[in-house]
Amino acid sequence: MINEDIEGLLEQIALDLKSLLQAQLRTDPVMIGIHTGGIWVAAYLHKKLHLADPLGELNIAFYRDDFSHIGIHPRVTPSNLPFDVDNRHIILVDDVLYTGRTIRAALNEIFDYGRPASVTLVVLLERSGRELPIQANIIGKSMTLNADEHVKLTGPEPLALVIKKSE
Amino acid sequence: MTVTNIQLDSNGRLKHFLTTEGLSQQLLLDILNHAESFAGVGKRAVKKVPLLRGKTVVNLFFEPSTRTRTTFELAAKRLSADVLNLNIPYSSTSKGETLSDTLRTLEAMHSDMFVVRHDNSGAAHYIASQVAPHISVINGGDGRHAHPTQAMLDMFTIRRHKGTFSSLVVAIVGDILHSRVARSLIHALTTLGVCEVRVVAPNTLLPAEVEKLGVHVFHDMRRGLADADVVYMLRLQRERMRSALLPSENEYFYRYGLTREKLAVARPDVIVMHPGPINRGIEIESSVADGEHSVILEQVSHGIAVRMAVMAMVMGRFHDNNAEGT
Repeated sequence: MINEDIEGLLEQIALDLKSLLQAQLRTDPVMIGIHTGGIWVAAYLHKKLHLADPLGELNIAFYRDDFSHIGIHPRVTPSNLPFDVDNRHIILVDDVLYTGRTIRAALNEIFDYGRPASVTLVVLLERSGRELPIQANIIGKSMTLNADEHVKLTGPEPLALVIKKSE
Repeated sequence: MTVTNIQLDSNGRLKHFLTTEGLSQQLLLDILNHAESFAGVGKRAVKKVPLLRGKTVVNLFFEPSTRTRTTFELAAKRLSADVLNLNIPYSSTSKGETLSDTLRTLEAMHSDMFVVRHDNSGAAHYIASQVAPHISVINGGDGRHAHPTQAMLDMFTIRRHKGTFSSLVVAIVGDILHSRVARSLIHALTTLGVCEVRVVAPNTLLPAEVEKLGVHVFHDMRRGLADADVVYMLRLQRERMRSALLPSENEYFYRYGLTREKLAVARPDVIVMHPGPINRGIEIESSVADGEHSVILEQVSHGIAVRMAVMAMVMGRFHDNNAEGT
């Protein structure tokens, strides 16, 4: 477990996000959390920012690029975007940004729902090991980890970051 | 090798889907749960997910079909697969090509999946035993034997309306003898733990020793439908009847046709199902088929989600490591 004040990180992210949205003059944004950890982070931010539309939930299982290697996930909670994404400013939230493949899949799925005006990426933690040219707009914490180290957000109550070494 | 074995790979995952018989309760529940996930795809602006991109699905139909073939086609397309529709009466087999030559030809086109409908019982099983190892076979109905995706879309429809299976009384009415739908449905209902499965039919339309499937036999509609949660009407399969099994269609409707009056003995929240196509006025009166208890059209739309689930499961069998969310 990383000894990290998650609450403090979330508060800082909320502040950064508010000022970014103000600077960009992006009013009335909608928020989408990526299943599962991203939804926990998004739920906190969604409340903090008092967003008018309900929180959207994205499950990118059907958009993964490793389906032919690992197959279908045993249980897939369907994505639920309870708003029209056309012409909306979207705040996309995930827990950990690593290779960038999840975000690639999430963007593809969002665009199957419509054409958003913009997408802003918010992550609790970004770690080394990117395989795609994807970066977050707002980052809670950055870490350099080896390829055999995996970081995971556990939760939802309490939220904690856990690092595991693969055997 | 038994029919059950050939359906599973060495890790117990679905490789071919030929019959509901002998599959575990968990596997049937997996199909329903996956179908639940896919059901949302049809409501989006772009009704497609990229799971089977680059795969080729061949609909191999040796017997006419409208809703099964079109919903399989739509399911494959919504998974982004390429689809080839082969209606065999119009293809090379009518020029004398043997079935195995047809299969080899389709394999040479790098097909990944065959959806097979055939009027011979066991045809899908035979094809599954003949194809190259990377190809999956889904049974779209074989003779009187099985129609497993129909059974699963029926189970999906029942679960959507009733929530659970364990307390349900399900009455299947009509031509059980010729019905692959009934056979697959009975196996699915008993595996998923329905409280009571009844079959309601004249003796001439019941297979021998039908009780061994775990059903209660009724010959009288009013007794068979009493307190039923689900009434499942079967189509009278006149094309499969080789001898006079019925006195007349009028007589059949009088005794086994579903009318409002006969349905009144079932539970007030009963749902009425039918695999289609309907013979109006023979097994069901129009006011019931189109009435408030009928879920017949829902069955059709659920067929897409269920067939997507089965196709994704047989194509994606390599799920052994839990990939980290990246």
